[in-house]
Amino acid sequence: MHFQDIKERAISQWETMQNSPTPRILVGMGTCGRAAGGEDIFDTLSREIQDQNIKCDLIQVGCIGLCYAEPLIEVVKPGKPSVFYGNLTPELTAEIVKDYLAGDDPRPDLALGTRGEGTLEGIPKLFDLPVLRSQVRISLRNCGNINPESIDPYIANGGFQGLERALGMKRQEVIDEIKQSGLRGRGGAGFPAGVKWQFCYDAPGDTKYVICNADEGDPGAFMDRSLLEGDPFSVLEGIVIGSYAMGASVAYIYIRAEYPLAIQRLVSAIEQMENYGLLGENIMESGVDIHIKIKEGAGAFVCGEETALMASIEGSRGMPRPRPPFPAQSGLWGKPTNINNVETWSNVPIILQNGADWYAGYGTEKSKGTKNFSLAGKVNRTGLIEVPMGITLREIVYEIGGGIPEGKELKAIQTGGPSGGFIPTNLLDLSVDYESLAEAGSIMGSGGMVIMDEDTCMVDTAKFFLSFTHAESCGKCVPCRCGTKQMLDILEDITNGEGRPGDIELLEELAQSLKNSALCGLGQTAPNPVLTSLEYFRNEYEEHIFKKRCVALHCKNLVSFYILPDKCTGCGKCARKCPVEAIAGGKRMVHVIDQSKCIKCGTCFDVCPSKFSAVVKVSGETVEVPSEPIPVKKKEKAKE
Amino acid sequence: MTAELSPVAERTNTETITLTIDGKSVEAAKGATVLEAALANDIYIPTLCYDPDLKPYGACRLCVVEIEGMRGLPTSCTTEAKDGMIVHTDTEKVNQSRRSTMELLMANHHGNCFTCAKNQDCELLKIARYLGMDEAHFNRFREREEVLAIDDSHPAFIYDPNKCILCAKCVRACHEIAGVGAIDLAFRGDESKVSTFGDKPILESICESCGECVSRCPTGALIPRHKKQAVRETKTVCPYCGVGCSIYLGTRGNEIVSVRGDDQSPVNKGGLCVKGRFGFDFINHPDRLTKPLIRNAGKGKDIKVDGDLHEVFREASWEEALDLVARRLSGIKDEYGPDRIGVLGSGKFTNEENYVVQKFARLVLGTNNVDHCARLCHASTVTGASAAFGRGAMSNSFSDIAAADLLFVIGSNTTDCHPIVGRIIRQGVNSGHTKLIVGDPRGIELASIASAHMQHKPGTDVALLNAMMHVIIEENLQDREFIENRTEGYEELAETVKNYPPEVGEDITGVPKDEIIKAARLFANAERAAVLYGMGITQHTTGTDNVKSVANLLMLTGNMGKEGTGFSPLRGQNNVQGACDMGALPNVFSGYQKVDNPEARTKFESAWNCSGLADKPGMPVTEMTASISSGDIKAMYIAGENPLMSEPSLNHAREEMQQLDFLVVQDIFPTETAMVADVILPAAAFAEKEGTFTNTERRVQKLRKAVDPPGEAKPDWQIIDSVAERLGHPFSYQNPADIMDEIASVTPIYGGIHHDRLEGEGLQWPCPDREHPGTTILHKDGFARGLGKFHGVEYKPPAEAASKDYPLILTTGRVLEHWHTGSMSRRSDVLDELSPKGVLDINPGDASNIGVESGDVVTLTSKRGSIDVPVNITSKMAPGIAFMAFHWKESPANVLTNAALDPIAKIPEFKVSAVKAVKN
Repeated sequence: MHFQDIKERAISQWETMQNSPTPRILVGMGTCGRAAGGEDIFDTLSREIQDQNIKCDLIQVGCIGLCYAEPLIEVVKPGKPSVFYGNLTPELTAEIVKDYLAGDDPRPDLALGTRGEGTLEGIPKLFDLPVLRSQVRISLRNCGNINPESIDPYIANGGFQGLERALGMKRQEVIDEIKQSGLRGRGGAGFPAGVKWQFCYDAPGDTKYVICNADEGDPGAFMDRSLLEGDPFSVLEGIVIGSYAMGASVAYIYIRAEYPLAIQRLVSAIEQMENYGLLGENIMESGVDIHIKIKEGAGAFVCGEETALMASIEGSRGMPRPRPPFPAQSGLWGKPTNINNVETWSNVPIILQNGADWYAGYGTEKSKGTKNFSLAGKVNRTGLIEVPMGITLREIVYEIGGGIPEGKELKAIQTGGPSGGFIPTNLLDLSVDYESLAEAGSIMGSGGMVIMDEDTCMVDTAKFFLSFTHAESCGKCVPCRCGTKQMLDILEDITNGEGRPGDIELLEELAQSLKNSALCGLGQTAPNPVLTSLEYFRNEYEEHIFKKRCVALHCKNLVSFYILPDKCTGCGKCARKCPVEAIAGGKRMVHVIDQSKCIKCGTCFDVCPSKFSAVVKVSGETVEVPSEPIPVKKKEKAKE
Repeated sequence: MTAELSPVAERTNTETITLTIDGKSVEAAKGATVLEAALANDIYIPTLCYDPDLKPYGACRLCVVEIEGMRGLPTSCTTEAKDGMIVHTDTEKVNQSRRSTMELLMANHHGNCFTCAKNQDCELLKIARYLGMDEAHFNRFREREEVLAIDDSHPAFIYDPNKCILCAKCVRACHEIAGVGAIDLAFRGDESKVSTFGDKPILESICESCGECVSRCPTGALIPRHKKQAVRETKTVCPYCGVGCSIYLGTRGNEIVSVRGDDQSPVNKGGLCVKGRFGFDFINHPDRLTKPLIRNAGKGKDIKVDGDLHEVFREASWEEALDLVARRLSGIKDEYGPDRIGVLGSGKFTNEENYVVQKFARLVLGTNNVDHCARLCHASTVTGASAAFGRGAMSNSFSDIAAADLLFVIGSNTTDCHPIVGRIIRQGVNSGHTKLIVGDPRGIELASIASAHMQHKPGTDVALLNAMMHVIIEENLQDREFIENRTEGYEELAETVKNYPPEVGEDITGVPKDEIIKAARLFANAERAAVLYGMGITQHTTGTDNVKSVANLLMLTGNMGKEGTGFSPLRGQNNVQGACDMGALPNVFSGYQKVDNPEARTKFESAWNCSGLADKPGMPVTEMTASISSGDIKAMYIAGENPLMSEPSLNHAREEMQQLDFLVVQDIFPTETAMVADVILPAAAFAEKEGTFTNTERRVQKLRKAVDPPGEAKPDWQIIDSVAERLGHPFSYQNPADIMDEIASVTPIYGGIHHDRLEGEGLQWPCPDREHPGTTILHKDGFARGLGKFHGVEYKPPAEAASKDYPLILTTGRVLEHWHTGSMSRRSDVLDELSPKGVLDINPGDASNIGVESGDVVTLTSKRGSIDVPVNITSKMAPGIAFMAFHWKESPANVLTNAALDPIAKIPEFKVSAVKAVKN
């Protein structure tokens, strides 16, 4: 079948579905949706529909980005805007089936928002919500909108039109289009994608390779996983376009084995593309052959580094090698190779489809287009977001993210994962683009964004990121292997209250040494969390070392619990719950914690009834309390 | 694979560039790294992970430099030197970075330098000194507390991960040089360590014990067990296989305490195998013969193999022993005639000694009954290749094996038997440069990296090769131009192979016809192809035919006389090539000059100042040992050989040898053969004498004395000279150089070879005169015989076939860790510990038929005898085929082997014996 026919059929199917008199429900079934209980919701829907004998189609879709609201469904009834419902339980789901699907009450009390033409009383438009208002969905255009397991909806929504156009262009013209769009690598470093393609295209040799880096490894990052789960086709189409442009006939997707759903969807998508002649031999009857192979990684963070990734595909231990030569000159099996990450590839088809100028209309002068972030940590609305370059951090945290839970203070924003850094609150109006983030000492990275509140100890958080890079260092070069270990040991000592004078300077020296002499990006950037926390939160280090005080009351060895004699009523709850019998007391006696026995588990703090709040948690200070239990002072009854 | 820069040793660019290093303008080869450019100009840059033989790695970060116009501190080992570059290697910034890196390493390095065996040679320590580091530097950081377990499973070396700095030289050498990959880095970050598969002890891994890792470790992490420091070093040649690796023996007093490969040698480029690196303790073994021994009166010769030497023999003076030898030999010669005496030279002797041996037989005793162990290994190479090409030796050089696009290894377990050649093959295949075809009845190591493996039945080589040639001719892939211009007899060959379509090939050989077709196409389509073979081709009743077939295949495809091609019989003993060259053969004088050629005789008569040299070829060793009971041989002089382990049908050979009137054995150890001697003469070992060895690529290399012989032992040439003197023909050589001068004067192919020319890499014969540089490739413009001759060779089955009573076919060979009859290697502690006993390799199906598990002992019986041996079950063996090596006197495989001979070469069919195995 010609692509034209395939497209027409897909569009007509899609329209039939859109105009269908049968209602349908889209269920968020990305990993986030499933983890939140999406499968239970799907089962409940199936059962309810069957039990109540309702005609309704159930469609699994990927993550729409509102992870905080999962499990999430979208109910489409003919002639009405669709309605999103979030934070569902099976019980609520059954109510929605009863009230809205069978009945006519859209349950505004449960609805998040509507999508499509028209309005429903009492329900806002979804894209008018703060969480979505400032987002622009280019990379994620299909996520949550189409069934990722079927190719036709993708085609009906413009899929493969970019490829169709590309195949009609000269290879160099495709590369020029990407250059002109200003698309930069979304994996972290932000190298202009078109320029990188050009290097590979220009490199001599008949055999070339294209690789999609889907080895998303940053802690707290899930952009690529969600994208692959929600819309594998856009990534695959991008790879095919790139392979054509650079003259590669084999492309690899290097993906973590920990992403089984994404792998399953890719495998299925590849098979469907092959069946439609959109992959394999003679793509779209153009005479071009391109094959895509999937290589599952074994979960090494360093394999996100280009040269280590290639070594791993070749079957060797995933360790980086020095560059030059760059992969574009000598990459996979010594052949010119281009590597871009998932998000970069997903932008390629739409750039070809809508043109470079359209894409370059988004973003800032140097950072074009949009960027996906996984918004995580101490923020009200966690989720997958796509924002135009140039948006401020403040907008992301307070508008999209809805601010900090429990009314606490924002302390820092961490971007770029373990290679990135912390950005303090006074830089909240920083524009999110490659240059600004770098200037602040952090990096754009692949899109991890972790929000930290006042309870976060910056030393401990730096230690967390360093323990990650330390564990994930491949061990090849001395500065990274031994340097991260030394830095970690020092941070360990500091958070344990065993920091020594001079440790800060030693950390800085080691950090410089790593930056200057580590072999690959992992080692060179590993000190960033330490360096930025030292720059913006140096006082916390000093307090830990010199005052043995953790201002966030987080570092166990530096905090103590006391029972205030004025407040203790001798109820005995804390003593009963203390796992190490460190609390002495007795009926109507003021309880006393034996500091030498206390393991600082915080149980007493948690169980002390809030009306008493007799247990306090302090750091770097002592509280005067009796050494032995004394009788509770009789309180005068409050006079009414 | 992804690294662009190749090891310095592999770069051949002759263009130079100019750059500035530390203010000095220096030249460097184009393509060199900044580090290499500096080192080549005597500018030191510290480094722990650089090795000129390995691909740049860039891990230790100590070789960082500043380069103007480049950001940061690039590592000089991974940065290519460019014209006009300005480099600073010794700035404060650079040294600060180096010191930080060193501090990190030292904080992580457990061990006391004072007690560390590496001590003075430790690169880590040297660099610490270079950087002026002191106590304060080492104490700034948190020290590693964890102490890691030491791996001391290996008899030759110890791995202490606490001293490992993870430069990965060991790992890279194991992969890039040895091609084994027994070790790799495992785990991550600072838990990384050098590990075997599954983190098992090294001894339980696939390690081949070549010690390449040990020799390259910059710290005390990998150290030999025997750690005595050598006081001086002597360059000489390894005494094991025919590869002829150049080595340095480290000595202390009269003891050999270390060995290292000669990195300047074109043969081994510094590499060694397990025998060459760890197998030299036999030299100082207490079993060494130190005094002449005479058999005690009344001690019969039918004693047990391992009888007590000193019960059977008494010590004697040289005078007494030599007088006795001379008296008995002249008596037998006078009584029965000279042809009743047989003399054996040795593949372990120097060229000079073999020359003296054959001169002794021909001139002093007056017989051509002189031979040596080549009869048992490559006699058929000499007969077959002489018929086809006019010369029996390897046509090309080791460098051609590296240059070939395709290698066909047939009947050679190269990685075990010629490990350094095996390494060249592995390197080529692993780098993707060379394709490999293996033809072998066993699933040998090389089969695992081969593009095609033809697992043919033992003794079906002619059918296999004919079938390949059938395909080549059928598909018109032969080299018509070469056939036309360089050969004769093509029609005969074409006619013969017509009858061997692949289907017939499959029927006879058991190799699926598609595999034959695939191999034929691969071979014929290769630009440059070479055949390497070993005793799988030669040790057959059809040995000569097999060799002719190999020659046919090479000529058919035009793969002779060019670089990267050729005919490569891999010779066994270190100087078996030389022993043949020197005429320790019954039919030729030195240089293959025939004894039945009157001109040759006249030449030697004039050189030796004698007349009436015997004109009929003498008996080969296989006939001598079979002619004792009939009375045709009355006495033997066996010098440096051990036929009572190496002859086929050993029980019979022993019965024969026991009947000799007089037997002299001259050796370094009381061998199995020595035990039936009348007189044993103590000889000097290779490390104790001077002379030359000729390796399998015809390279004549010089042997140098490193230690004195033990006790009264003497070099073989001196002993023979003493006997000759007593028999009225004193040779009166002053030293081996004198002998070589005589060899050069009567041997055209050695005409230009003199000791003074052999100080460097040696010379490859033919080397007709003093100015001649030697010959790397034979048959370049024409074959030695003029046109190369094709022979139409029909397949003939082996002499013995499996039967109901003897259902298994036993094929024999060697293992990596041992050498031939074991007289040397079994007396090396390391080698014997690595491989203490023989095992019978059989297929799981056969094992289950016999009802045995691995480790069970079976009695293995052929028509000629029985031995007991434990079983090793392996799917590398085809059903019905069994294998064992012949090194162990406790289970001597040659008790079972068939003495049937190739009619022309007189080589026995060691490779095919019908046997049965019964569980004990």
